[in-house]
Amino acid sequence: MATPLVVSDVAKSFTMHLRDGIRLPVVAGVSFSIRSGECAVLGGPSGAGKSSILKMLYGNYAVDAGQIIVQHEDGLIDLATASPRMVLAVRRLTIGYVSQFLRTVPRVSALDVVAEPLVERGEDPDVARNKARALLAQLNLPEKLWMLPPATFSGGEQQRVNIARGFITEHPILLLDEPTASLDASNRDVVIALIAAKKAAGVALLGIFHDHDVREAVADRVIDVTAFAAGKIAA
Amino acid sequence: MTAQPTDIATYNFAYLDEQTKRMIRRAILKGIAIPGYQVPFASREMPMPYGWGTGGVQVTASIIGPDDVLKVIDQGADDTTNAVSIRAFFKKVANVAVTTETAKATIIQTRHRIPEHPLTSGQVLVYQVPIPEPLRFLEPRETETRKMHALEEYGLMHVKLYEDIARHGRIATTYAYPVKVEGRYVMDPSPTPKFDNPKMHRSPALQLFGAGREKRIYALPPFTDVVSLDFEDHPFEVQTFDQPCALCAAENVYLDEVILDDHGDHMFVCSDTDHCEKRREQGRRGDLAPETMEPTQ
Amino acid sequence: MSDVPLLRVSALSKFYGSRIGCENVSFDLWPGEVLAVVGESGSGKTTLLNCLSTRLLPSSGTASYRMRDGQFRELYRMSEAERRFLMRTDWGFVHQNPADGLRMTVSAGANVGERLMAVGDRHYGKIRATAVDWLSRVEIDEDRIDDEPRAFSGGMRQRLQIARNLVTGPRLVFMDEPTGGLDVSVQARLLDLLRGLVTDLGLAAIVVTHDLAVARLLSQRMMVMKDGRVVESGLTDRVLDDPRAPYTQLLVSSILQV
Repeated sequence: MATPLVVSDVAKSFTMHLRDGIRLPVVAGVSFSIRSGECAVLGGPSGAGKSSILKMLYGNYAVDAGQIIVQHEDGLIDLATASPRMVLAVRRLTIGYVSQFLRTVPRVSALDVVAEPLVERGEDPDVARNKARALLAQLNLPEKLWMLPPATFSGGEQQRVNIARGFITEHPILLLDEPTASLDASNRDVVIALIAAKKAAGVALLGIFHDHDVREAVADRVIDVTAFAAGKIAA
Repeated sequence: MTAQPTDIATYNFAYLDEQTKRMIRRAILKGIAIPGYQVPFASREMPMPYGWGTGGVQVTASIIGPDDVLKVIDQGADDTTNAVSIRAFFKKVANVAVTTETAKATIIQTRHRIPEHPLTSGQVLVYQVPIPEPLRFLEPRETETRKMHALEEYGLMHVKLYEDIARHGRIATTYAYPVKVEGRYVMDPSPTPKFDNPKMHRSPALQLFGAGREKRIYALPPFTDVVSLDFEDHPFEVQTFDQPCALCAAENVYLDEVILDDHGDHMFVCSDTDHCEKRREQGRRGDLAPETMEPTQ
Repeated sequence: MSDVPLLRVSALSKFYGSRIGCENVSFDLWPGEVLAVVGESGSGKTTLLNCLSTRLLPSSGTASYRMRDGQFRELYRMSEAERRFLMRTDWGFVHQNPADGLRMTVSAGANVGERLMAVGDRHYGKIRATAVDWLSRVEIDEDRIDDEPRAFSGGMRQRLQIARNLVTGPRLVFMDEPTGGLDVSVQARLLDLLRGLVTDLGLAAIVVTHDLAVARLLSQRMMVMKDGRVVESGLTDRVLDDPRAPYTQLLVSSILQV
């Protein structure tokens, strides 16, 4: 079984220059790997650094130390030190990300928001839109909303657009940051089914799920983030 | 003291001092060497206001010799104030022969026309130019227009023609119609009607342009290519007139509208008075020509 | 994805006497990439933009640009004629004040058509058809084609300026506060339009802005400048979500939350 993501000895802290330069350690010694076709879940209480780890894996947070080795195209890339341009390429082709919140763009319809990652990968726009329609239908987003910009949607509706956007591509690695947070039970089930399909397709998934039922349904194993608490090592 | 009383005793020949004439001749020679290029020169105060042909007069003064025969026209006419004054000026300060006949003149100073009678080798046509810079109205900065000439950036010239077509359905510029000289410099042919533009192309005469207020001289040596700017789908065209000259029945010449009375009656007559008179002397009559030839002034 | 940058900038500095305009700026820009340069007034971002676009010569440093024939040319060693040709064909420059980038007394159509005529187009009908097409792409009604930009609103003028710049299919566009001075709703429309055009045309762009929201929406990469120096650079979302330099943290914490 392939292992497209290997994290070793990663550390992260924030230095607050506006507050006399105090240093807030977040995590240290983060080491784990994800295999293709499995869904690992980051576990631990709020503030343990789950979200920070996910953001480092996506290049959204800088890394203080350690390596994040990603199987990208035919080679291995260390995301911790990769150039911005390489990080963009990895995001386009290798690592997908479903965030908690949708960052909306004025005047772009929900359908195009969902189709965009596919179009960026060179897919024909019509094909991409068809796939987007299928996903939005599966997630029970009312069809009358598809052509509207999602800025005015409810939290749950925006979340479903966001999920569709994250799941539409075939990235071999998918990061999920509480994708079900504001969904009702039936839509949670749809997401569970989508995740199962990704696993079956050999995607390596890493997620944060506060919802116990969803976690039970999708997790192959739980990575306990408290083991990486920065204080432990610093102490 | 027995010196002959003479009108020119108090002036240097042709009014300007010799150093000034040398300076202007150098500018003219440079202009001839670079057809269409505006050569700066140290324009002098002349005994007439700017706008009355100070540039043309300085060029004429610098090239005229005792044997020259001078013709001066203003809008084609030999008998208007400006033409009469300048002719009298040179008669006085250079003691040269003057004429109204195009064919007999060696130097023709003109404001806003080229004579209808074809110019010949050895003749010099001196234009009075108010604004020498064709790009001025679209780009007011002189530093920028000089750079545009230097780098041959003439897209702006077509912007002006584009605007004409967009507003009027055709290129509505009828005078000071921009030309490209020898495939290089874009030049303002002074406010001559575009009717005269084709006459500049490969003319056997030397054409000199003087702008006194703007202190620029430019030139077209004989047989220079002068092409009017246009678009492929809106080619350059000259004005045409529905009727011939009312006095001499000439066709394919440039006509002026003359108001006849307070009721708005009018006629169209040759703008080139010499051309018109010559034809009438030959017995050609237009619809409104008087029965007998009036004596010319 | 091209592996060769479009623009290579190395140790670029500009001094005004003993005062620093910008100092020791280096970066590569790839085709299709949008780089935001942020910082407050006087941070040197506009000096940098003017040096890069050859409107200003730097005191030291180099910038090479990959021409359409694939050859790199040293910008500051090119003749003025070559630079100006580049400026009106392969490059665009969108000014903050549209009046600086438009001819206010000629029609919208002629504003768009000027670059075409400058490179030798001599067919009125085709020039006009291209102008109509570009006006529609920047959402200006066709029936405004013969109006002068003086009669346009600020947002329309800015869109017209963009059309005027893009009509020759440039590969690199410089933008100086492209949404500055516009109402928020007009800004949003313009940003969305720019974002679409940049994506559709695969443009590379260098956008100078003090507005971090503009930077986030338009750019993939970002450089933060202070006192003429680059204090932080990286992926736009990384710089904004995890600012490391003290000054960047101050900038990011100063954003008003709506």
